[in-house]
Amino acid sequence: MRADKDDKAQANSRYTAAVFRNEEELFSAVLEARASGFEIHDVYTPFPVHGMDQAAGLKRSRLTWIALIAGAIGLMFGLGLQVWTSAYDWPLNVGGKPFNSFPLFIPVTFELTVLFSGLIAIGVLLVRNRLWLFSKRLVFSRVTDDRFVIVLKQSDASFDQRRAMKLFARHGAIKVIEGDQFV
Amino acid sequence: MAVAIKQHHGTKGSMDHPTVSNLRQPLIEGEKSYSEVTTDICKLLDNKPGVGWWVAFSVSVCFLIAGAIATTYTVTTGIGTWGLNKTIGWAFDITNFVFWIGIGHAGTFISAILFLFNQKWRTSVNRSAEAMTLIAVMCAGLFPVIHMGRPWLFYWILPYPNARGSLWVNFRSPLVWDFFAISTYFTISLVFWYLGLVPDLATARDRTISKLKRAVYRIFSLGWNGSNRTWSRYETVYLVLAALATPLVLSVHSIVSFDFATSLIPGWHSTIFPPYFVAGAVFSGFAMVMTLMILVRKLMHLEQYITVHHLENMCKVTLLTGSIVSVAYLTEIFIGFYSGNPNEMFLILNRVLGPYAWAYWTMVTCNAIVPQLFWFKRVRTTIPVIFVLSILVNVGMWFERFVIIVISLHRDFLPSSWAMYTPTVTEFGLLLGSFGLFFTLFLLFLRLFPAISMSEVKGVLHYARR
Repeated sequence: MRADKDDKAQANSRYTAAVFRNEEELFSAVLEARASGFEIHDVYTPFPVHGMDQAAGLKRSRLTWIALIAGAIGLMFGLGLQVWTSAYDWPLNVGGKPFNSFPLFIPVTFELTVLFSGLIAIGVLLVRNRLWLFSKRLVFSRVTDDRFVIVLKQSDASFDQRRAMKLFARHGAIKVIEGDQFV
Repeated sequence: MAVAIKQHHGTKGSMDHPTVSNLRQPLIEGEKSYSEVTTDICKLLDNKPGVGWWVAFSVSVCFLIAGAIATTYTVTTGIGTWGLNKTIGWAFDITNFVFWIGIGHAGTFISAILFLFNQKWRTSVNRSAEAMTLIAVMCAGLFPVIHMGRPWLFYWILPYPNARGSLWVNFRSPLVWDFFAISTYFTISLVFWYLGLVPDLATARDRTISKLKRAVYRIFSLGWNGSNRTWSRYETVYLVLAALATPLVLSVHSIVSFDFATSLIPGWHSTIFPPYFVAGAVFSGFAMVMTLMILVRKLMHLEQYITVHHLENMCKVTLLTGSIVSVAYLTEIFIGFYSGNPNEMFLILNRVLGPYAWAYWTMVTCNAIVPQLFWFKRVRTTIPVIFVLSILVNVGMWFERFVIIVISLHRDFLPSSWAMYTPTVTEFGLLLGSFGLFFTLFLLFLRLFPAISMSEVKGVLHYARR
């Protein structure tokens, strides 16, 4: 079980989780929990639920910027490689074309831009979400099948377990779980 | 927002009493629940394959063995085993190469372009179509490598520092562009496909009983636990990849067409080649997806997931791209004469009336006339008819590449060097072998991976249902 810094700091905090049967119930529970001041640790769903990011208060991912920067690196690398090899390192006369035949370098430059951007974006996604081959993380039962789970942080002493239970029940939770460690 | 949802969907009970929209049809038939989707798709991985699968697999492996023999013979003896001569230096292998690359394009079209256009019906077919892309690109890649004569030196096309000076590759050559385009295409398609698979592998992991299988799924599902933070970033990257794959797929077949268009041969030296090739690629690719999906829904009993509605949509894409290809054929004839160039005019006459006219007219019949039948709704919704037409389209598209390559070469500028081309048994063996490889790998894919994207299907399950 690999835990990053945040997790270690909170390792002793407890959580309260509620299990729902469908995304609408989960969605309204998330909205109300957030409105009544509970701290939502995370939400677990079998498929991406439309609008859940805003409901749970997630910021927009910055991965698009990473993809853009990675693409720019790929572009410069691709163009640099071709100009350097063809015009500086060993210029060869190919059918009388200029050594620096810029228009003919566009296809490979484009391909390397796409390659860098795609691979680095995926790489950062995997690292940022700690997804790797031997990753072992707690998975709520049936959450990859047909269950929807919300996890609340019991952030401080003011956390009202009974109020949370009531809120969940109102939205049709089928089970409430309390646990010791964040997943 | 919560209020709006509640008003729209009624109370909890609405799940049990779906109301079907008059304007839209549900994408998945049978009013499935989430867990039914999981069970339906995962049981394909647990159950033993049926007779149909074994028959198909055995036939494919026989073809694959024939291909392996032909490849061994070619590599050990040389390219002289083929029917090439000094006039026709490119024929069957490049035809097969372009054919397979084209097949691959439909997978990316479905997974990336239809994703950007928010076409929800893609969710039932995108997983297998992407697998088809990967396998088709593998089949395509084999042909240039075999044609090199010394395939073990294939890495010489990479620009790496070497002991020959460093003598770099010629970046002005479309063949080098091809290498970069196809390897990038394969890599991006592979990671795109795998990223889509991760949530489904987690689903398989969480319900598999077999210990060995579960260990494998555990490793490859990367510890996926359905967290919304992960989903959020995952969807961002999925969108980025779709946006990258869209111009990529257009670039790949454009670059393949540059292999021809940048030369001076009449019939190749043409500015319409990039769009013409891309439309042809999507056309043949969709035909192949339809052939495969009709087989898959029967073999794996997925009729409720891959419905007539899905096939009808694909027929429409085929009709559109087939019509674009037909316009390209007419344009070629018009420009041939409009150019006033005697070599261009001769090429057109030689195509239409020359010794290979039968290949040209097969192409015109299968690609320009046959898909026009898809204007009729009866044709678009009758599955046996779609099956036959989709195979005819691919026959036509194979001949299109044959027509472009062989007919343009066999009567060149110097009549004393005119020649005819007859393929040898070895070349037919290689073609058959590539089909063997394609179907063997595809059938294995159906057994080893969830053939339909469960997480995406669950997301569109309620489409037009409530």
